[in-house]
Amino acid sequence: MVVPSLAPCMDSNNWGAEMAQKKTGLVSLEEGGFAIFLVLLAFVCIIIAGKTFDQVMAFHAGLGALFAAVSVFMIFKNYFDDGGEPIPAEINGKPNYNIGPIKFGAVAAMFWGVAGFLVGLIIALQLAWPALNFDLPWTNFGRLRPLHTSAVIFAFGGNVLLATSMYVVQRTCRVRMPGKILPWFVILGYNAFIVIAGTGYLLGATQSKEYAEPEWYADLWLTVVWVLYLLLFLGTLWKRKEPHIYVANWFYLAFIVTIALLHVTNNLTIPVSIYSTKSYIVWAGVQDAMVQWWYGHNAVGFFLTAGFLAIMYYFIPKRAERPVYSYRLSIVHFWALIFIYIWAGPHHLHYTALPQWASTLGATFSIILWMPSWGGMINGLMTLSGAWDKLRTDPVLRMMVVSVAFYGMSTFEGPLMSLRSVNSLSHYTDWTIGHVHSGALGWVGYISFGALYCLIPWLWNKKSLYSLKLVNWHFWLSTLGIVLYITAMWVSGIMQGLMWRAYDNLGFLEYSFVETVEAMHPFYIIRALGGALFVLGSLIMAYNLWMTVRHGEAEEADTTPAGSLAPAE
Amino acid sequence: MSDTHNKEVDQISGVETTGHEWDGLKELNNPLPKWWLYIFYATVVWAVIYWVLYPSWPLVSSYTKGVLGANQRQEATAAYDKGVADRAQFADKIVAASLEAITQDQDLLQYALANGQAAFGDNCAPCHGSGGTGAEGYPNLQDDTWIWGGKLDDIHTTLLYGIRSDNDDGRFGDMPAFGADELLTREEINQVSNFVASRAGVETDADVDLAAGQVLYEDNCAACHGDNLEGIQEVGAPSLMSANYLYGNSLDDIKAQVAAPRNGVMPGWVERLDPATIKSLTVYVHSFGGGQ
Repeated sequence: MVVPSLAPCMDSNNWGAEMAQKKTGLVSLEEGGFAIFLVLLAFVCIIIAGKTFDQVMAFHAGLGALFAAVSVFMIFKNYFDDGGEPIPAEINGKPNYNIGPIKFGAVAAMFWGVAGFLVGLIIALQLAWPALNFDLPWTNFGRLRPLHTSAVIFAFGGNVLLATSMYVVQRTCRVRMPGKILPWFVILGYNAFIVIAGTGYLLGATQSKEYAEPEWYADLWLTVVWVLYLLLFLGTLWKRKEPHIYVANWFYLAFIVTIALLHVTNNLTIPVSIYSTKSYIVWAGVQDAMVQWWYGHNAVGFFLTAGFLAIMYYFIPKRAERPVYSYRLSIVHFWALIFIYIWAGPHHLHYTALPQWASTLGATFSIILWMPSWGGMINGLMTLSGAWDKLRTDPVLRMMVVSVAFYGMSTFEGPLMSLRSVNSLSHYTDWTIGHVHSGALGWVGYISFGALYCLIPWLWNKKSLYSLKLVNWHFWLSTLGIVLYITAMWVSGIMQGLMWRAYDNLGFLEYSFVETVEAMHPFYIIRALGGALFVLGSLIMAYNLWMTVRHGEAEEADTTPAGSLAPAE
Repeated sequence: MSDTHNKEVDQISGVETTGHEWDGLKELNNPLPKWWLYIFYATVVWAVIYWVLYPSWPLVSSYTKGVLGANQRQEATAAYDKGVADRAQFADKIVAASLEAITQDQDLLQYALANGQAAFGDNCAPCHGSGGTGAEGYPNLQDDTWIWGGKLDDIHTTLLYGIRSDNDDGRFGDMPAFGADELLTREEINQVSNFVASRAGVETDADVDLAAGQVLYEDNCAACHGDNLEGIQEVGAPSLMSANYLYGNSLDDIKAQVAAPRNGVMPGWVERLDPATIKSLTVYVHSFGGGQ
């Protein structure tokens, strides 16, 4: 029996070559539609690039025209290569999963991950030694910081989410995702957004909204890509061959829908002109702050929590080869999480111009959110029952379990910090940075690493990873790095908060601001050291994955172990 | 896989599955953990109590005020007013007393030094350094070299209105740019700089006509810096007698300053700090050791 070849639409492969000899059919509606859209886009970009007075806009419009033109070329090249024949959804009664875009997303995730961690290390070093800003605009902390946050959250995390969601939804629905161009448009379009956003930061184009820095045209493009992503995901669910929708897909869907809503609402801007990168946000004053943190907190909730919980719900049971602990818990904590998270944003604005009632409401919902968050942790950890021994032998599973532990820790710390009395100490200090990174490095980082360690051998049909020993090194180096990072930030943040509020007996501030900065210096060095270990770990991972793809032992054609290309029976 | 649920019992845990299966993944039919559920209920109860006590839910044109009558705006203004009132007993006396009188009164002096230290850290330290030791271009306040005077009243005036600031009462004195504005030739700048260096004990160039430099000094510099390089504080012309210069002590630094002088700016604080704080800062800076 011939195993269906890994048939991404843009790969040339055996059956594709055969079909090329057949009569060439008409361009499909999908191919034609995308081609027309991209041709129009290329023209608009060329006009803007020609007429703009704004150097950054000229560069970005030129880039957009280039991307669009290359994409049109690829659509037609592919059409002539495969003769315009539709790709079969099934071969020999088994789903012909579309994994080309997933491969791209997985590689992009690793690339952006290493780049984003590295920029994080650079800005950590800049905080310890400001001379490293080099007095150049494009290496300044102010530009590199959003580059770091966007690279790790949206480029690394986003590609992990896109790749895993396309993989998980196909396999748990036992169906090929719809469209020939569509999946590629989503993954490539998303990465084009990353390039536009990242180069924009370096060149100084920003709308100055934290975690939503890209300017109006990048936002608009992302909206197009995101809506198509939603349609792609919904289309796969619609075509599914399984009677029920797996829990991971609920979380993915919640993530996709909510991010669309958040992104559009928080980025409602009016451009100065279509030839300018600059725009003005429609919200003003405290309403703007509230919309911003409604967005900011739910980016954490739906991008970094719901999305990665979806990954957890597929990859942990898969790797542990155990059933999910409790179906009931997954339902209850899913709906509780979805309904409660959306209220918690105002806890970012305690003791500001925000009305007290909004502040109270945000804090109380943050407390209620504690258990719904922990539902995911319980389901993740308890799924291991009966398989705990695997933690000794499988560093990939260990990474994912530690990830869930970090998730539990940060989702306890978060509600704690949302209380006004705790927040009055922690707000604006490094404690917040430590909290974010225990979630980001520990939870999001580790679950992503675990997923990629699983996914890469599956996608490239390899028996196993190149080296589990290297995974072990990655695990211990980066765990040490995370511990150094978050403990340094806890100490430095609490110290900073206490120094800010210290008064002498006559009621004057005990410390000036610069004295608190001086006191934090040693902890900034420790933090940078922790970051360096984390970067080192990610480089080991990249090497390991590269060697897996290049030199890993191929999976035998007919075996169907967990995660192979055979459909579920 | 069909729609009928193939419920089975998991061998390891002995728990029944839900009968669903996706890509080999199954789910156990475990109940919600009791402790989880009860803590969840407890947080909801806590939140409801909190909502009753504090302002929380928006209404059409108002919001629920809470039975405790808490109001963060009133609490903040009350705390601020109390802080101002607490300080007023000293602050009012500081405003009324003369600068000399403050330094004589132990209680007022203690208060002024505390107030001055706090204000110095947040307003002055960025340029003058945490301990007032200065940096290149920012005067050291610890030593006895003063450009605009080191007496209490001099320091007070400088603090109030600044130097080359945008305040009309500010101290003002620009050194001409002898090189940039072509008032002197390159050779003349060389000569006059060497002359100043020779008087200040800085190593000079060989083969320079110091006598010519002295003539140039008398013609161009003495009006402000004094016949004997002693400086004139009324116009903010620093003493050049010893190499303790604001913009560097080498011969090259001197030449650079003659050719294209940097005229540093200090902001006036009269519109940014209250009178008691400015007086306190005066006493604090004066106490550094260099005060005259």
